[in-house]
Amino acid sequence: MKILAVCGMGLGTSLILRMNAEKALKQLGIEADVEVSDMGSARALAATADLILTSEELAEQLGPVKPKVVTISNFIDLNEMVTKLKAAIG
Amino acid sequence: MSEATAADARRGGPRLTQLLPIDAIRLGETAADWRAAVRLAGDALVASGATTPAYTDEMVATVEQLGPYIVIAPGIALAHSRPSPAVLRAGISLVTLLEPVAFGHRENDPVRLVIGLAAVDEEGHITALSTLAEFLSDEKRREGLIGAAAAGEVVQMVRAYEEGLAADTPSADATDRSKGETS
Repeated sequence: MKILAVCGMGLGTSLILRMNAEKALKQLGIEADVEVSDMGSARALAATADLILTSEELAEQLGPVKPKVVTISNFIDLNEMVTKLKAAIG
Repeated sequence: MSEATAADARRGGPRLTQLLPIDAIRLGETAADWRAAVRLAGDALVASGATTPAYTDEMVATVEQLGPYIVIAPGIALAHSRPSPAVLRAGISLVTLLEPVAFGHRENDPVRLVIGLAAVDEEGHITALSTLAEFLSDEKRREGLIGAAAAGEVVQMVRAYEEGLAADTPSADATDRSKGETS
C-alpha cells in the first residue's frame, strides 16, 4: 500500500504527517510506504497512491483525486492519525 | 525521485539542538496579526544566521498563497517556505506569543507557538523537525515550552529530551532500517 502525505511545499508539514503516519501504521500493524509531496506534484503522484493524507484546506485545493483522501487537523496527534487510518484502511 | 531515497535519508541531518540555537528562540513576544507572528519567526531565523530577511517575506507569501494550513496542531504554526538563496543554512526558530493570534485556521486557532523552518533541501532538516514534532506531541512538554521564562530553559528542555531519545533508543536507526527493508 502506498500513502501520499501532501502539504504545500512537501518539506515541512508533510514530513510531520509522514512521521506520525508511520508511527500509526506500526501501531496498527499495517505495511505501507509513506511518501511526501508538494501540492504541485500531488495530482500526478496520486495516480499511483492508495491513500492521500493532508489537511482539510489542502484537500479542497487538491480537488477530486482517485485515491481516498484522509484529512488530518492535528498533525502531531497520534490518536487522531490512528483513528482515521484505521477507519480508512484498517 | 526524492521519494525513493527518503527512507535512507530520513534519519539524516543535524539534531534539533544543532538547528535551534538560543538566538533563534524568542519568548513572550507580541504580534498584532499572523503576518507579524510569522515575521517574528523569520526574524529569529535571521538572528541565528540561518536566513536573510528575504526568507521572512517568502514565508509570509507562502501563507498568502496556500492558506493557514501551516497551523499544524491546536495553537502551533509551522511557518516555512521552500529552499531559496535567502536560506543560508538549515535552521529552526521558536516564537511564543503572549497573546494568542488567529491565523484563520478552522480548528487549530489561535496560535501561541510559531515554529520557523528554513530548509536547504527536502531531507536535511528531518531529524530535527521530527524531534520537535515528537517533543510537542506531549502536552506537558508543550506547555513547559510555551510557559518557559527564558530561552536557555527551552534549550535545556530540548537538549534533555534529545539526550533521552538517544539513551532510550540506541538502535533506532537499525530498527528503522529493518522496517524499511520489509516494506
